[in-house]
Amino acid sequence: MAVSAQNIDRADAGPDVAAILKDGLAAAVLTFLLAFPIIMLHAEADNDGNLFLTWRPWAVLILCSIAFVGRIGIAQYQNRTVVDRPVAIAAAAPSASSAFLSRYIGLFGLIVLFVFPFAAMFFFGQGGALKWIDSYGIQILIYVMLGWGLNIVVGLAGLLDLGYVAFYAVGAYSYALLATTFGLSFWICLPLAGILAALWGMILGFPVLRLRGDYLAIVTLAFGEMIRLVLVNWVAFSGGGAGIASIPRITFFGLSLRDEPGGFAEFFHIDYSSVHAKIFLYYVILCLALITNFVTLRLRRLPIGRAWEALREDEIACRSLGINTRNTKLTAFALGAFFGGLAGSFFAVRQGFISPESFTFNESATVLAIVVLGGMGSQIGVALAAVFLIGGFELLRELDWLKHLMNVVFGIPDFDPAQYRGLLFGLSMVVMMVLRPRGFISTRSPSIFLKERKSVSGALVKEGHG
Amino acid sequence: MDNFLQQLINGLTLGSLYGLIAIGYTMVFGIIGMVNFAHGDVFMLSAFIALLVFLVLTKILGIASLPLAFVLVLVAAMVLTSVWNWTIERLAYRPLRGSFRLAPLISAIGMSIFLSNFVQVVQGPRNKPVPPMFDDFLHVTAGGLDVRLQYKQVVIFVVTGILLFAFWWLVQKTALGRAQRACEQDRKMAALLGIDVDRTISITFIIGAALAAVAGVLYMMKYGVVNFADGFLPGVKAFTAAVLGGIGSLPGAVLGGLLIGLIEVFWAAYFSSDYKDVAAFSILAITLIFMPSGILGRPEIEKV
Repeated sequence: MAVSAQNIDRADAGPDVAAILKDGLAAAVLTFLLAFPIIMLHAEADNDGNLFLTWRPWAVLILCSIAFVGRIGIAQYQNRTVVDRPVAIAAAAPSASSAFLSRYIGLFGLIVLFVFPFAAMFFFGQGGALKWIDSYGIQILIYVMLGWGLNIVVGLAGLLDLGYVAFYAVGAYSYALLATTFGLSFWICLPLAGILAALWGMILGFPVLRLRGDYLAIVTLAFGEMIRLVLVNWVAFSGGGAGIASIPRITFFGLSLRDEPGGFAEFFHIDYSSVHAKIFLYYVILCLALITNFVTLRLRRLPIGRAWEALREDEIACRSLGINTRNTKLTAFALGAFFGGLAGSFFAVRQGFISPESFTFNESATVLAIVVLGGMGSQIGVALAAVFLIGGFELLRELDWLKHLMNVVFGIPDFDPAQYRGLLFGLSMVVMMVLRPRGFISTRSPSIFLKERKSVSGALVKEGHG
Repeated sequence: MDNFLQQLINGLTLGSLYGLIAIGYTMVFGIIGMVNFAHGDVFMLSAFIALLVFLVLTKILGIASLPLAFVLVLVAAMVLTSVWNWTIERLAYRPLRGSFRLAPLISAIGMSIFLSNFVQVVQGPRNKPVPPMFDDFLHVTAGGLDVRLQYKQVVIFVVTGILLFAFWWLVQKTALGRAQRACEQDRKMAALLGIDVDRTISITFIIGAALAAVAGVLYMMKYGVVNFADGFLPGVKAFTAAVLGGIGSLPGAVLGGLLIGLIEVFWAAYFSSDYKDVAAFSILAITLIFMPSGILGRPEIEKV
């Protein structure tokens, strides 16, 4: 095999150079055409509202050369893989090591998650740990939970929901309004918020049941935007664009976690620190996320979970086997919405302030990107995607040398990686669909099996799940 | 009555823009059965390209004649946006033919997120005020009615009319249009009869982008401001128009566009401008749920 590959490479090397160069040149010219106005020129308004242009020829030149080199590189790579393809298919079957990895990575992750706040305190002190627990721990876990919630709808039932953020909003506003109007505590509001969100899931889910996949996506998008627009415009109800402020904070079994008499610190005779509240919030969201995961994993083994997966694979076959597709879809919608509502309620208690700004389509898209990159259906995959996508960018923001580098090399003065987040999310969704539609973690363990559980490669099943 | 007539004109102007964008949605859906979610952002991109080309023409090359500059901008925006959409189709959608059901849609959503963030990164998040163009207006008084007709609106009607005619001619009378319609009816059969299906699909994307670019130029001129987030709402509304007119039907897209434009303008004028977007979204949901084949579309038959 290797010998023949070399032979072919050598045979191709001579006459192909011109063609390859031409190909690369075409890619460069195309890049130039794409980049010519939109990257080369930059229009900025001065104070009088007049636009003036600045030129960026270097950026375009760099992009064109990347395209040139990249195109040639890809052509070379493809030349080689044509020969290697039979081997590649054989390798698609999961190896023993990946099965081992997928079994223990969950356990390992769980231990890391439980000790994380104390490890952060140990390494960074109380002041430093605050940031780590809040903007890494809690932030990531919210998205993990949202990802797992949406995974029920998208990954298991195969219903592409672009308005998931609506249920997040319903949960957040439920808690905020119930707590500020009736003075109910978080722990009573939490299940209420979940139930309300689930109700909304059913109300919005009911009319769209008959629709095919992409129509359903668009209608859920419309519903999500409608809920946000109502929140913006119905000022008497939701406070409008200004949002709801001073939402009551979380309490530790009735003990306030703030610096006040009769609070948590006084009760346990320790010095007050704002990190206590953060640690408590961290464990709350960790538990909520784990409950989501647990429920999903258990449901997958019940008839309803199997019906979801069957529905995702083939709706017509499902119906002819006597599965009630309406109820199956509705439960998926309602359950996904329920967990979205819980997460929203947590979001409200953590922020203490909510406004419709937090519930835009971008948020839905972020959660969807997490589910898609996690491999639609894989619980671990979704969690890892959330860690990388949300945590990764928080981490990038910290890197001063990167800012310096961007300033010196590319002339971008205030480099903020968060700006590039959407860019990379979008791009990675496309790349993912083109290269690895089954997700990064493409090994699946079947939920039903004969005699022994065998992992199957994601390539063998239809929508990234087995 | 004056007000009604005025709103009618405003609605038709807005509706022609939606119609132009809707054609892109409906053609792509007709030929490959995919909701091209990124089309609204391609439209937004074209408005930015148009603005930049306009600035180059007027500030750097010093073209003083506005109509000349406008025509040049129109052509440049159409060409460059087509190149963008061709590339997008090639990289993000073509490899996905034969992949699972939701793959192209997810890819298109990714592309949409990418495009709006890309423009935000390269051109900045702030609104770009466009230099005023065709700002004068004339009063039309006839039979006791007094209506204000902006030159902008005249330009929109004329340009839309000419391009829709050219487009109609292209689809109905040329070999290219025939190939396109054939692919729409049955892709496999068309391929067997010697039509290059991939090329036809590429051309469909190019035509869709060119018409979206016309809408982009007109949008920039009409509103006098462009922003990276401008693709989302017009995109959804144009998609609503395509669905309302019957997705897959070209006259339906134009009809749907005009209807959506009229509904939006009259809703804002007579009810509440706060909820005008909610009105558009409601129409989208109601049409898809109760009348999925739209006004002029063929009912979709699901084959097992």
